[in-house]
Amino acid sequence: MQYHTPSSFSEAVTISNSADGLVKYLAGGTDVLVQLKIGNNSPDHLIDIKKIPGVKEIALREDGGWTIGAAVSGVQLTNHKKLSREWPGLVEGMELVGSAQIQSRATLVGNLCNGSPAADSVPGMIAAGATVSVVSSSGTTEVLVEDIPVGPGLTNLGTGEIITAVNLPKRNKHEGDAYLRFIPRTEMDIAVVGCAVNLSLENEVIRSAKVVLGAVGPKVEVATPAAECLLGENLDENILSIFSDKCSELAKPISDKRGSEEFRKEVIGVIAKRAAKKAYDRALGNK
Amino acid sequence: MNKIHVKTNINGDQVEFLADSRETLLDCLRDHVGLTGSKEGCGTGDCGACSCIFDGELVSSCLVLGVEAEGKSIETIEGMAGQEDLHPLQKKFIEMAALQCGFCTPGILVAAKALLEKNNNPTETEVRYWLAGNLCRCTGYDKIIKAVMETAKDIRETA
Repeated sequence: MQYHTPSSFSEAVTISNSADGLVKYLAGGTDVLVQLKIGNNSPDHLIDIKKIPGVKEIALREDGGWTIGAAVSGVQLTNHKKLSREWPGLVEGMELVGSAQIQSRATLVGNLCNGSPAADSVPGMIAAGATVSVVSSSGTTEVLVEDIPVGPGLTNLGTGEIITAVNLPKRNKHEGDAYLRFIPRTEMDIAVVGCAVNLSLENEVIRSAKVVLGAVGPKVEVATPAAECLLGENLDENILSIFSDKCSELAKPISDKRGSEEFRKEVIGVIAKRAAKKAYDRALGNK
Repeated sequence: MNKIHVKTNINGDQVEFLADSRETLLDCLRDHVGLTGSKEGCGTGDCGACSCIFDGELVSSCLVLGVEAEGKSIETIEGMAGQEDLHPLQKKFIEMAALQCGFCTPGILVAAKALLEKNNNPTETEVRYWLAGNLCRCTGYDKIIKAVMETAKDIRETA
């Protein structure tokens, strides 16, 4: 395996396009090194992006949104007070990934590119309407986070396409997000189901909503019909119950060692309801 | 396979070694530098026995490549005790018998030290969550948690 430390993304793209065999990118390495260890998808070329300027930065853009570099760790997100205040749901999703040791290294972009349907930080990014900047030999494009995963362990990124950063839109007043998951333990586990909700209110009525379900399908899925039940509503018990049923109906989980199909369909409804309540309270300013 | 020459700082000493690009920092510490205090439990970032401080952050050294250490500063369990004295956490672990077989202990000490350096007044819940990435199959954790809480108390009292 050849180890590369390019000093720019264009150099990384050039290395990737001219390399023979499997190319992988290294940021936090918390998935890539495990794959190396078990000899699964073992790369011929490993491109470490951490020497590229700006990859460890969280920057407030002129339009009021955030740009989070591809190598920004979970700890950096948690320690960033303003970002955590504006996007608590997104940050709490990332915080659920692994231990303190993992949090020092793991990144949002790595969690996304690993392509797990149970990735804890991905529903929050999608619910936030986040995009990623993708650089290739033909330039940089902005792609919605929800368009990146295509199946378990698979993304739609081609050879020589690299995500450089996550872009969050500007946060307005009366908006709130939340992410909740179910695991049988209290810590250090993979989501059996997960749900992120992002709401924006006008006079306490839901004006826009995005609902994203994790671990109940081959990839993280946007639940548009569930989000639509919430529009124009105050989130009373009746609406929450309709919403909960809709999420259960939309979930298409498999049965595996972490949970049966029936169990996951039921629990996603419960978790989605709680996440919606939490996001609603945050949007009202009640935390 | 050509080896890569890595220059790094470990426990305050300049260290150089030759690493294969696939070797983890843990492998390099143990096999090239001779620092065998960091242990390999799982080798996949689950158990924390290989915990060390990498550029100021607590990491599992099995999830860091040796070649990533170039120009960095690393602290391992070997750097924890002073010239004369053990670290207060080490003393307390012995005093309170917070270890049995001892395999997880270096990782737990490194992780606990990192916690107490950023928060010398943690709640029991905070200690338990912080050490969730350090597995111990002997003690049942209670003595470990108590020893960390007691050390934190001592540090606060002497501060």
